[in-house]
Amino acid sequence: MSKSKQTAGYKGAYSSQKKKEGEGRSCIRYRCGLTNTIQDVLNQRPGWVEVKDDGDWDFNWCDVGWLRENFDHSYMEEHVRICHFRNHYELTRKNLMVKNLKRYRKTLEREAGRLEASKCDFFPCTFVLPSEYHIFVEEFKRSPGSTWIMKPVARSQGKGIFLFRKLKDIIDWRKDGSRSEEQKDEAQVESYVAQRYIENPYLIAGRKFDLRVYVLVTSYIPLKAWLYRDGFARFSNTRFSLSSIDDQYVHLTNVAVQKTAPDYDPEKGCKWLMQQLRQYLTAKHGFETVQTLFKEIDNIFIRSLLSVQKTIINDKHCFELYGYDILLDQDLKPWLIEVNASPSLTASSQEDYDLKYRLLEDTLHIVDMEGRLTGKEKRVGGFDLMWNDGPVYTDVGLETLGSSCLVANTHLGCVNDRQKQLQQLLKPFPGQKRT
Amino acid sequence: MIMMDESAELSVSITQIVQRLKGTHLHSQLEKQAKECLHKPEIKLETLKDDVRRFLKASGWERKLQNAVYRELHILPPPGHPRAPPEHTKEPLAYMRKAQVNWEKRILKSLNSMCTELGIPLARKRPVPEQKELTNKWNEMGTDEPDLSKFRPVYAPKDFLEVLVGLKNPNNERSEDLTVRSHWGLIQVSLNVRDIPQMREMYPELGITYGQLGIDDHTHVPPDLFESEHIHIGKKVESEQDSAAAQQYSRQGCPTGLRAQLWSLILNTSNDPEFFCFNFIKQDITHYEQLKARVIHHDLLVDNLIYKDVKLTASNDDYYFVFEDYLYQVLLCFSRDTAVLEHFNYNCATPPKSCIQSKSGSEQCAVVYPPNGVIPFHGFSMYVAPLCFLYNEPSKLYSVFREMYIRYFFRLHSISSHPSGIVSLCLQFERLLQTHLPQLFYHLREIGAQPLRIAFKWIVRAFSGYLSTDQLLLLWDRILGYDSLEIVAVLAAAVFAFRSENLMEVTSLASAEVVTCVCMCVLSNTKIVSSLTANTSNPVHPRHMFQNCWDNHF
Repeated sequence: MSKSKQTAGYKGAYSSQKKKEGEGRSCIRYRCGLTNTIQDVLNQRPGWVEVKDDGDWDFNWCDVGWLRENFDHSYMEEHVRICHFRNHYELTRKNLMVKNLKRYRKTLEREAGRLEASKCDFFPCTFVLPSEYHIFVEEFKRSPGSTWIMKPVARSQGKGIFLFRKLKDIIDWRKDGSRSEEQKDEAQVESYVAQRYIENPYLIAGRKFDLRVYVLVTSYIPLKAWLYRDGFARFSNTRFSLSSIDDQYVHLTNVAVQKTAPDYDPEKGCKWLMQQLRQYLTAKHGFETVQTLFKEIDNIFIRSLLSVQKTIINDKHCFELYGYDILLDQDLKPWLIEVNASPSLTASSQEDYDLKYRLLEDTLHIVDMEGRLTGKEKRVGGFDLMWNDGPVYTDVGLETLGSSCLVANTHLGCVNDRQKQLQQLLKPFPGQKRT
Repeated sequence: MIMMDESAELSVSITQIVQRLKGTHLHSQLEKQAKECLHKPEIKLETLKDDVRRFLKASGWERKLQNAVYRELHILPPPGHPRAPPEHTKEPLAYMRKAQVNWEKRILKSLNSMCTELGIPLARKRPVPEQKELTNKWNEMGTDEPDLSKFRPVYAPKDFLEVLVGLKNPNNERSEDLTVRSHWGLIQVSLNVRDIPQMREMYPELGITYGQLGIDDHTHVPPDLFESEHIHIGKKVESEQDSAAAQQYSRQGCPTGLRAQLWSLILNTSNDPEFFCFNFIKQDITHYEQLKARVIHHDLLVDNLIYKDVKLTASNDDYYFVFEDYLYQVLLCFSRDTAVLEHFNYNCATPPKSCIQSKSGSEQCAVVYPPNGVIPFHGFSMYVAPLCFLYNEPSKLYSVFREMYIRYFFRLHSISSHPSGIVSLCLQFERLLQTHLPQLFYHLREIGAQPLRIAFKWIVRAFSGYLSTDQLLLLWDRILGYDSLEIVAVLAAAVFAFRSENLMEVTSLASAEVVTCVCMCVLSNTKIVSSLTANTSNPVHPRHMFQNCWDNHF
């Protein structure tokens, strides 16, 4: 791409205009590297105009490849926004995330004690291979018969993942010609992680599922993170049993993998909306238990972000919408499986499309190119402010609670009446009448 | 006609209930408890009777007996003259009885001809290897993909609607003139259905001054306050284990976290596997295991109808698809449960009989087929699907479903004059619409879009599959709470009222369907409030709809 000499985000006609408090732009030029739901959202946003190829842009929804090639060579004006942090992979690459979490946990233990550090025990025992191969083997031998999962560090959609129970299985794999070929291609030396497999996942009607949750980070220093109320549970198409490790379709719940399973029916949704799941769990386990569960899930987001807070290059131009994959076990303990910097925005059904559309629309509201927010909001559409350089609590009328207790401002799986909230919150777009 | 006086009626009922409870598991448990407590020091010979009574009360057994009696009251056959034949007591109107008999003949004929056409026996003993295979696959019958192409449902709701439309009281004068007093709808019979003022009396808890679960902006009671107090009361009701109190409580909605236990309490199915189910002679679990054994041993033709129905309806549903396996586990057992035949004591239908080869193969004898007397129709599995949200132990799920069926659902597909029967519900729906939205009704009629043709499928299924689960369960809370299906008819009318402006603009039945479908989606998209502190409200929910329409339209 010949963008290296271009100054991206050059203001052009606006150069003489200073952005006053509350005064927004009337025309926002955007660049979009993806052809899915985000394309529609940007297209349909009033006052936003697409620029192609070498044109100057105010907003860029790019893929990570573009970012890698162009970010360092681009000059961005103050108002310009881009949808990734330069080194997001510290959080989203499995080996780096593990490294950062382990280091954070150690620091926490040193500074705040065991109890506080134990709040980081939400990721299964993981080792980076080949660098940690020997300590992995030690751990492996300590728990014979348990199942482990091998995941390539940088791939997505379930590719290259397999389960194993015997060291013999991976010794063969290491020797396997086809795999070493891939390893040679990898820029990273460490290309795999071995992780203890969660053998007792929470099942609904005999099926395994994982959760996809959306977290928007607009700044790392200070850390400002928003949690979206909608999300979904992705079901495996087949019934869970440990007896067939080779049947990866059972164990992997990514929609992408499910789509290739022989009995996949594209018309049949294999997802539940988060609200449905939350209600199901509440009906089964009671309100308090589920409240605790969701608090623990919040904890996962916050701690994982804090663990990379000092590593990620903070940049006021950057924001990032993460897709968190969470797995529940039979004791209703949530586990962090993975964080995605580019969660899939392709829709698998109309309902899915609507969810992603809302999500992206609200993301753009928060990025606020139009300058309509004050910056003091705790809620924008379906997003609730989860962390703002410290925990965020709801504004609760004290008379509804017996004792004064602070309640977290997160509502994952709760009602998302965003239309109403947005109407009250936002001024109309420039040039648009309030409906 | 000589009417029995109240006290005579009461003693008849008492005798009936005592008769039914004798020999049940509860009875033997009570006896056992009474015998065992004799060892206790507080039981004295001089005051034996009172002491034992006091003991039974303190240990919670009296409450269990109360619940059992309360349950029996729900399924008591209607009171009748001792010399009246039972059919007359169950259904006093002769033309209704006749219509039901004809309808039964039709479905049975359809079933039997399918059997002959396909050359498949109505029942067949499974060979041992097949039995083994089924036992292994019991928890994942959904993975099977049998060839069901040659099976068709015995009937669909729209076939049933045609029968209801054709119902006529031979005593009425047939007049073709459309007068102000005449009925514009499809139901041509005159039954005594409640109007709005009467319903206000019957359903005071749905009035605006009462708090409701599902949050309403317009109540006098702030939603958060109401909810926390309501949950508090709910926990107390549950710990008291009082059926009648639970039923009363359910009128204002059950909190999600308590609903499963409360429904179980209302229906008197056991909550705890340690306790015993007192509805039938055997425990919940062993009864279910027996039914499962019957499924393993014999294959029934209707099983295929069940498979097909589940595959076509529940499996295609965005939420219920997960529970496919449970649906088979419940419905296959349901077909073989002869205890369900008891509900024919008060159901005006009669169990269908078919000829099955006897064991020796030489004779044919008429037996009830399917064994539970209920021929499934297209959409039947949707009665079970929402319950999977609440119960995931098959035996528990089964007993709750069975009880719901024999109390309520059966009325939605048999022809009777009962106020909760399908005919009354349809009539009530049409009358509400005609009385309160005459312009809309007239318009729809003119464009050939009779409202009942749109609403019938919702009513027959008590809205299952047409509302999101959380909304549906709130609706079913009220069905249980008021022990009546009338609310289903009111909701159906409310849907039309809610979208009356859009409906006035449609020009065809198809577009009317679309508009009402969109309305249902609106109802379904509003989600539950699952945290006390979420300052969100659920603006459109069945009860709010009633309220809105109640006050603004009706």
